[in-house]
Amino acid sequence: MPWDIDAEVIGNRRLTADYNVVSLAAPEIAAATEPGQFVMVKPGHGWDPLLRRPFSVFEILRDSSGAPSGVSILSKRIGVTTRALFDVEPGDRVQCLGPLGRPFTLPEADTEVWMVAGGVGLAPFVTVTEALAPKGVPLTLFYGGRSEADLFHLDFFARHRVRVVLATEDGSKGESGRVTLPLERALGALAPSAKVRLHACGPERMLAAVARLAEQHGRPCEVSVERVMGCGLGGCYSCVVPVKQPGGGFHHVRSCIGGPVFDASTLVWEW
Amino acid sequence: MDLTTKIGSLTLRNPVIAASGCFGYGLEYRHVVDLASLGGVCVKGLFMAEREGHPPQRIVETPSGMLNAIGLQGVGVHRFVKEHLPGLREAGATVFVNICGTTLDEYVEVAKVLSDAEGVAAIELNISCPNIKEGGIQFGCSLDGTYGVVNAVRQVTHLPVIPKLTPNVTSPASFARAAADAGADAISLVNTFLAMAIDVETRKPILSNGMGGLSGPAIRPIAVRMVYECRQAVSIPIIGMGGIMDARDAIEFILAGATAVQVGTANFADPFVWEKILNGLTDYMQRHAVNRIADLVGAAHAASEHEPA
Repeated sequence: MPWDIDAEVIGNRRLTADYNVVSLAAPEIAAATEPGQFVMVKPGHGWDPLLRRPFSVFEILRDSSGAPSGVSILSKRIGVTTRALFDVEPGDRVQCLGPLGRPFTLPEADTEVWMVAGGVGLAPFVTVTEALAPKGVPLTLFYGGRSEADLFHLDFFARHRVRVVLATEDGSKGESGRVTLPLERALGALAPSAKVRLHACGPERMLAAVARLAEQHGRPCEVSVERVMGCGLGGCYSCVVPVKQPGGGFHHVRSCIGGPVFDASTLVWEW
Repeated sequence: MDLTTKIGSLTLRNPVIAASGCFGYGLEYRHVVDLASLGGVCVKGLFMAEREGHPPQRIVETPSGMLNAIGLQGVGVHRFVKEHLPGLREAGATVFVNICGTTLDEYVEVAKVLSDAEGVAAIELNISCPNIKEGGIQFGCSLDGTYGVVNAVRQVTHLPVIPKLTPNVTSPASFARAAADAGADAISLVNTFLAMAIDVETRKPILSNGMGGLSGPAIRPIAVRMVYECRQAVSIPIIGMGGIMDARDAIEFILAGATAVQVGTANFADPFVWEKILNGLTDYMQRHAVNRIADLVGAAHAASEHEPA
């Protein structure tokens, strides 16, 4: 049962000229969210923009007693909604429906989790880290962006003893190039007996590359996909992804209810 | 306050129906809205066989509206009856089933399967989907085709037959007449308006299908006009739709001549819209001292000096 909350904006951290983090007062959603789930969000109450947009829950916010009080979303200013979200001020209202979708599978401490993030694809990995770090699951974050200015929240991952491997396309921080380069080397260096699973979120091409590497190296891999989504509840059939069928072919599965997290080996990758 | 609504032999508890293609097969919304509280649930269009539909991108938002070209992805009529209908029955939903066909025979066969199933209240004939070449629009854009498919399905079912008309013709009223002449119990209008959006950066159509159907508040005044025109042309009930976002909009369609309304795109923007619309209807009736919603149907005609020549 999702909640629809006319949520008060309690903070808007502008990280760069394009990226920001909007904090929303939504205790019911915060209490129910599992790592990898998403919310459907719309600033304001009019019909333009008309539809909500999907965002991974970035952080679970807590009050002074530690009780869940809200959620934040990581946004990159691109379209109408993300422009409006960049400009919201504390006290504004944002409609927030959630939590929605299928979360990441969380393993026990005998398995390492390697998180692979590209750009705003970092969003689900804060809650994944908060769920797994206390259980003693060894965590690594492979994190890629255009440049150093596009890499956020590194102090959070350091605090949770996450091993962080960075890559930037312009070489301004970490390795120069795509984040899949260091990932590929690390997979190649693993002992066959090591238990490692991959969780990835980011641009479609990155997900396809991570899925291919996971398959080549025989590692389980889940990806969180992003599709143009109309409703978030399975009503509109717009957000489908092709899922392999036994005997060949594919079936279009709605990523809002069948995902957004999928076992990468079940998807038909076009790259 | 009497919201009951009659569509032919069918009595609905209120005039607000979830529109086909905008509500999945209904059960997706079971945990959000009490399906029994709605006038009806019109499920996503069904062919005989399963279909995968178009590849993404399938929707794009436009000013106060959206384009879709889903391509009638669906589970097919047999899986619907087996996997979805029992849950809908259990939820107490009044089930309208939207059916499609690439041939006249397919409409007839799908209608027969549904007539034998338990828990179907009415058949909505999709002869107006703008997004696939052979999904009924070839019937819905010709008066003879419309007459033919309505007449053929009429022969094989005891269920109310409700063709859903396209707005992509010069005179929807003449199609309403053809449908009524063929024995339709009611008509639904409008389906979406054929439309297009192009990405100016990539210089390509945004939807994989190129074109799509426009819905949402952007089309509402045109849809209201078409319902108004059809009310003047036929006496069978009209189920009106096109960008209804709240009770005011629903009332507007009822005043134009709709006996019931369908709500589609609004459900995407706000899945909790149903209770707001139903409460808004009773508020309106209280404010205007109207006891029966049926008394409002077509009321704008009596007040209008713009009857047809």
